[in-house]
Formats: sequence, C-alpha cells, structure tokens
Amino acid sequence: MGTVIYILAFALLLFGIYALVAKKNIVRIILGICILGYAVNLLLVLVGYRRDGVAPILAQGQSSVELAKQAVDPLPQAMVLTSIVIGLSTTALAVALAIRLYEKYGTFDMNDIRNLRG
Amino acid sequence: MKGMTPIVRNITAIVSCFVMLYGVYVVCTGHLAPGGGFAGGVIIMGGLVMLVLAFGGGGKAKELIGEHRCHVFDGLGALVFALIAIFGFFAGGFFVNFLPKGQVHKLFSGGTILPANIAIGLKVSAGLIGIFLALVLGCREALFRSCSAPKPPVEDFRE
Amino acid sequence: MKELVPLLVGIPLGAAFLITILAHVRGISRLTGLIATLAVAANVAVSIALWVAAYNDPGQSVSVWAGNWDGLGVPIGIEMVCDGLARLMVITINIIAFVVIIFAASYMLRFTKVWLFYSLFLLMTGALNGVVLAGDLFNMFVFIEVATIASYGLVGFGCEAEELEAAFKYLVLGTIGSCFILLGVTILYSLTGHLNMAMVASLLPKVGSQGPAVLLAAAALLGGLSLKAAMVPFHAWLPDAHPSAPAPISAMLSGVLIKACGVYCLARLMFNVFGTSGEYAMILIVLGAASMVIGVFLAVGQWDFKRLLAYHSISQMGYVVLAIGVAGEVISRAEPDQAIAALCLFGGLFHMFNHAAFKSLLFLSSGSIEQQTGTRRLKEMGGLARRMPVTSFCCRIGALSIAGVPPFNGFFSKLIIIVALVLAGHPFLAALAVLVALMTLLSFIKVQRYALEGEPVGKAVAAREAPALMGLAMLLLAVVCIVAGLAMVPLREYLFGPAGEVLLKGSGALKAKLSTGVSWQEPLMWFVGAAP
Repeated sequence: MGTVIYILAFALLLFGIYALVAKKNIVRIILGICILGYAVNLLLVLVGYRRDGVAPILAQGQSSVELAKQAVDPLPQAMVLTSIVIGLSTTALAVALAIRLYEKYGTFDMNDIRNLRG
Repeated sequence: MKGMTPIVRNITAIVSCFVMLYGVYVVCTGHLAPGGGFAGGVIIMGGLVMLVLAFGGGGKAKELIGEHRCHVFDGLGALVFALIAIFGFFAGGFFVNFLPKGQVHKLFSGGTILPANIAIGLKVSAGLIGIFLALVLGCREALFRSCSAPKPPVEDFRE
Repeated sequence: MKELVPLLVGIPLGAAFLITILAHVRGISRLTGLIATLAVAANVAVSIALWVAAYNDPGQSVSVWAGNWDGLGVPIGIEMVCDGLARLMVITINIIAFVVIIFAASYMLRFTKVWLFYSLFLLMTGALNGVVLAGDLFNMFVFIEVATIASYGLVGFGCEAEELEAAFKYLVLGTIGSCFILLGVTILYSLTGHLNMAMVASLLPKVGSQGPAVLLAAAALLGGLSLKAAMVPFHAWLPDAHPSAPAPISAMLSGVLIKACGVYCLARLMFNVFGTSGEYAMILIVLGAASMVIGVFLAVGQWDFKRLLAYHSISQMGYVVLAIGVAGEVISRAEPDQAIAALCLFGGLFHMFNHAAFKSLLFLSSGSIEQQTGTRRLKEMGGLARRMPVTSFCCRIGALSIAGVPPFNGFFSKLIIIVALVLAGHPFLAALAVLVALMTLLSFIKVQRYALEGEPVGKAVAAREAPALMGLAMLLLAVVCIVAGLAMVPLREYLFGPAGEVLLKGSGALKAKLSTGVSWQEPLMWFVGAAP
C-alpha cells in the first residue's frame, strides 16, 4: 500500500506531461499544465504523511508536545498552499492568453498558430 | 451578460451575504482551524461571483465590483501585508511578530497572524473577482469579434 | 547592515503594490514612472552599500532570519543569505534594472496602461533579488515563480499576435521547468527533512549522495533549471519570447532573468548543496558546450535583429555554464587545483556580468532602432550610423564587446575562459570557444554592415535620433561596458573573487548548524521545545 500511492502520483505527472506534449488544442494544453501542477502538489503532500497520524490542529487542552508526536507533517501542507496559488495564477494567465490568441488567430489549434518560425 | 429571473435575484441577494460572512469567518479563524487567507478569500470571491451571475454583468454589478475597485483593493491588501513585514523592523527584525500574543485558542492570539490573514483574504478575493470579471465579461466580446467564429447563440436563462 | 538585506526585496514589492493603488487615483497617476524609478534607484543604493560594507572582509556572509527565528537551535525559519556570490548578483540585477527602467520611461509611452508595466516590472525585480538572496530551497522556488510569471505577462504586454503566441509558448515551457524544480525540492525534503540549503548540504552525505533518490532529485533540478537558463535541449522558448517582448523587457529577460533564475541557481545547487562531483560537472560541461556551439550556428543565419541577439544569449550562457562546469570538474579530481578552478570561476562570473551589460545594451539599441524604423529585419535598415549617432555608437560598443574586441569587457572575460580551459586540460573545448568567438564576430559584422552602414532602405530614410532618456540609458550601459573591462583587476579582488570563493568552498560554504537526526520529526520537536 505504501508505494502504490507514490506510483499513482508519478503516473498523474506523466499524464500531465503527455497532455502538454501530444495535444494540439490550446485548452487541452492548459488542462495538461493544471494536471502537472496538481501531480507535483500531491507528491509534496504525500511526503509529509505519517501512518496513524492526526491532523496538525491543536485541540483544547492538548499540549503541543503530544501533538508533535502524533501529527502529520504540517510543513508540506504550507508549501502546497503556496504552490496551489502559483498554479492558479499560471492557469488564469494561460486562459487569458488563450482568449486573446483566439481573437487574433481565429483558432485554438496550435498547428495554425505558427507565425514565429526559425 | 444577461442576469437571471427575479426569483433567483432576490434569493441570491440574501444568500450571498451568508456566503461572504462564512468566508470572513474562515479568514479570521485561520490560526485556530484550517482556513486562513487563501481559502477564505476564495469563498468571499464565490459570494461575489454569485452576485455577478444573478444580476448580470452590466449596470449595477459593474458599478459596484468594477475593475478599478478590484485593482485598488488588490493593491491595498498586498500593501498592508508588506507594511506588517516592514513594521517588524521597529520591533527587532524583519517580519517579527510584534503584536501581543494572547492565550492559545482565543481569537485575538498569535500576534500579527490575524492582520496578515485579513490582508491576504482581501487581496485574494479582490484579485480573483478581477480575474473572473476580466475573463468572463471581456471574453464574450473578444471571442466573437474574430472573423471566422460563428455567431453567438441567443441565451435564455429562463427555464 | 543586517537590516538592509530584506529591503532589497521589500522596496520593489512595496512600490509595485503602491503603484497599483495610486494609478487609480486621479491626479497622481502620472507619478507611477517616477515611483518605479525611485524604487529601483533605492535598490541600487542598498546593493552598493552592502558591497562597500563588505570591503574589508570580502568573505563575510550576512544572514537574516525572518521573524528573528535564529535562536532556536535548528534552522526551521526563512533565511536570507547575502554572501559574496549574492552580492555580485544583486549588484548586476539592480544596475541593469535601473538602466532599463530609465529606458522604459520613454519607450513605453506609446503603450496604454503603462502603470501595469511598471507594477509587473517591479514585481519581477523584487522577485529576482529574492531568488539570489534566498537561503532555503522553497523560497528560491517561490521567487523564481513570481519572477517568471511576471515575465510571462510582460512578454505579451503589447498584445500583438506574435507577442501573444510567444508568451503562450514561454508559459507552457516555463511551467514544465518550474514543476520539475518543485519535484526536485520535494525529493530533497523527503530525504533530509529540512529545506534550508545549509542543512540539506550537511545532511545529504549522510543520506547517501549517490543513492537513486538523490540522483532523481538532481536530475529534476538540473532539467528544470536548465530550462530556465535556456541551455540547448531546453532552449526552444527563448528565440520566440525574447524578440517578441518590448525592448526593455527583452533586455531584462536576456540580461538578468536567465542568469538569476537559471545560471545562479544551477551554480548554487550544484556546488553548495549537492557538493561538487565529477558527474554533475560533466553534465554542466556538456550542456555548456552544446549551447555555445548550437546557439551561435543558429544565430549567424538570422535576419531578424532581435532573434539574432536572442540566439547569441543562448551561446554566451553556454560559455558561462561551460566555465562553471570545468571549475567543478577541476575541483572534483583526485588532485584538485584550486588556482585553476578559481580562474575558471572568475572567467565564468565575469562573463556573466559582462553579458548582462552588453546584451542589455544591444537589446536597448535594437528597441531604439525598431521604434524609429518600424522594423526588426536587417535588410530593411541601413545607414543608421549617420541618422542615429548616439544609438549607433552604443550599438557598436555593444557589438565590439560581445565579439570580444579589446579593450572592452567581453575580450577579457572570453580570454580568461579560454586560457582557463587550456590550463585545465581541455584544449578541444578551448578551440571550440575560439571558434564560437569568431562566429560571434562574424554575425555582428553582419549586423553592423546591414543596420548601421550602407544605404537606407524604406522607413530608415526618415529615422531620427532616439529620445534623450533612451540615449542616456544606452550611454550608461556603454560606460559600464568600458569601465568593467578596464577595471578588471580591482573588480576581481573585491567583487568576483569573493563570489568565486563561495562556490569553491563547495558544501562547506553555507554555515550549517548541524543536527543529529535525519527525519522530519526533529525540527518539529525542537520547535515545541521537547527536543532530546
């Protein structure tokens, strides 16, 4: 059970890269960017897992030493928050660029958006 | 962008206030329970999105949640966060927690964590509603201005 | 001096947010350009002050902990480290940003929403300062992301068809690079339990620095950072993004971004975190040599002025990475020779600084030419030497510097790299470097012949001199090019020498507070006060 989930997270990463590389429609490429970002975030959260751990929230009357012995690692969760927001802003910018590209070129197909060559 | 029927509009006007209140709650109890600036900001933005969808993109909604206001609140939230960091200098170092830290589990504990959460919530909500307005309201005209695109279908939200 | 270090990041960011608010207040909106210039000028002053403060003790490294969290016994806070290498990078970034924003004050007048440009530009500058000052891996990643996302927006600023296409391509490829960098940071965190670079450097040998996990982390980081630095298998975004951007942004991207996000992070990680080893050095050598050669061969045949300059950026970054790689290889031999490695590092870092100066100068002059003649194609210009004297004078200085003609700065740095390559026992690489220098000279003779000499064609007949601010910015960079060449010896002693020594010390360079445990539990237990 322990390693299967890491293998699945890596498989998600490969799906994201496949969508980025092999698809021609801009919207599918943007979805590939999202999937790639979420796969890396998932790996980052999985790193902090601890078997039979509790959420790192201090209950009433609990001392912090007891919590530190039982809780899952809170640092990857903080890192992932930042990373999700970064992914969100990248996606928003990509979608805005896609809308403007449609306005200029009239198509969402990457093969037709090839003004720059050489 | 057309709005919706009067029933939807009246109910949305009431419900979105509760949604935004819940968002403010999530922002303010970020140091006690899961939540904080990012998650609460997104919830507040959800409440505002409900209003825009129900009342339509023009007129009153545009006046209240215009692009200029979004930019100003966006910058204001970020500037308050930067000021919290700089004010730490007067208390010993960069980003030092200089407000009194009360008891654990109280609302006003944790020093500068609460003002920082509020600033982040303001920035995230203003930024995201700005993105929503720019993409959704500016999108229709942009997409259908292109020469080879089909004409937009007549929208009818009444069912 | 400790208090000045966070200001390098705080002043541009604060000014960016202030501009966002003030631009919507009627009446003050014309001051946005002035606020931006003042913020970058303050940054230049702070970075020079930091350098002067380290005059008597060049090897010092100032470390600032956010929130004063440095008395805890375990480094679990956010650290900003300003050592010799960081001082060099900070001076480079801020001087180039200052000159570019003076140029942009006049160039951007024909765009709308100029406050947005200034805001994004200041975000990018603040984030670049944050990258080189970051003392832990995740902060470095976050600032790299802020800088590159700001640059995606700036590349597509003019909203023409080609700019949008270039910005989208840049965005897609840049995101892949960033995800791989985060993957590398994740694996390093899972192995050592710390994010602080000093702790990771001291804990990696205990975890087994040849194990498959560390190799995967190194591969992911190398791939992601080589994409940011535009090394050859990963260079496909640069020839589209740099020409299509507005000229001040091309100068910042080519002059500063690929160095701070790419080459600096590669050097910092490969030397100070992973420790110099033969395999990593060999990878850097191969990447550098391939970029050098392929970049210049693709550049010679270009007829678009800015695209030619963009391909030359790839080639010159190949020089820098090659020099750094050879230095790493010399250190990791059985009998390391510190003097030759120091010479290689001096050549590489000096060439990085020089390239920032002359490539920015060339991009700014190409922007000035494009504004007056309306075109970037070399065959549609001509005779500009008589019509635009200041611009063509500065363009000539930039072209002579990049081609490696004495007494400009490019000559000295390329000579040092070639001599160091020969001394390190790689005569074939030195011959390649000489060949690439000849091809660079060839392509810039072509530029001079078609753009500056000859008879004017088309709109070049009516070209007039660029506005005063643009000419002032270009003259400032030309002065930097000349002074950096002539003042090489004192600069080596006080600026580039300490930077090279930081890299030479390898894993021991960052002050590490050692901890005994390897798992992530220990920092948490220290924090709650229950450490063994």
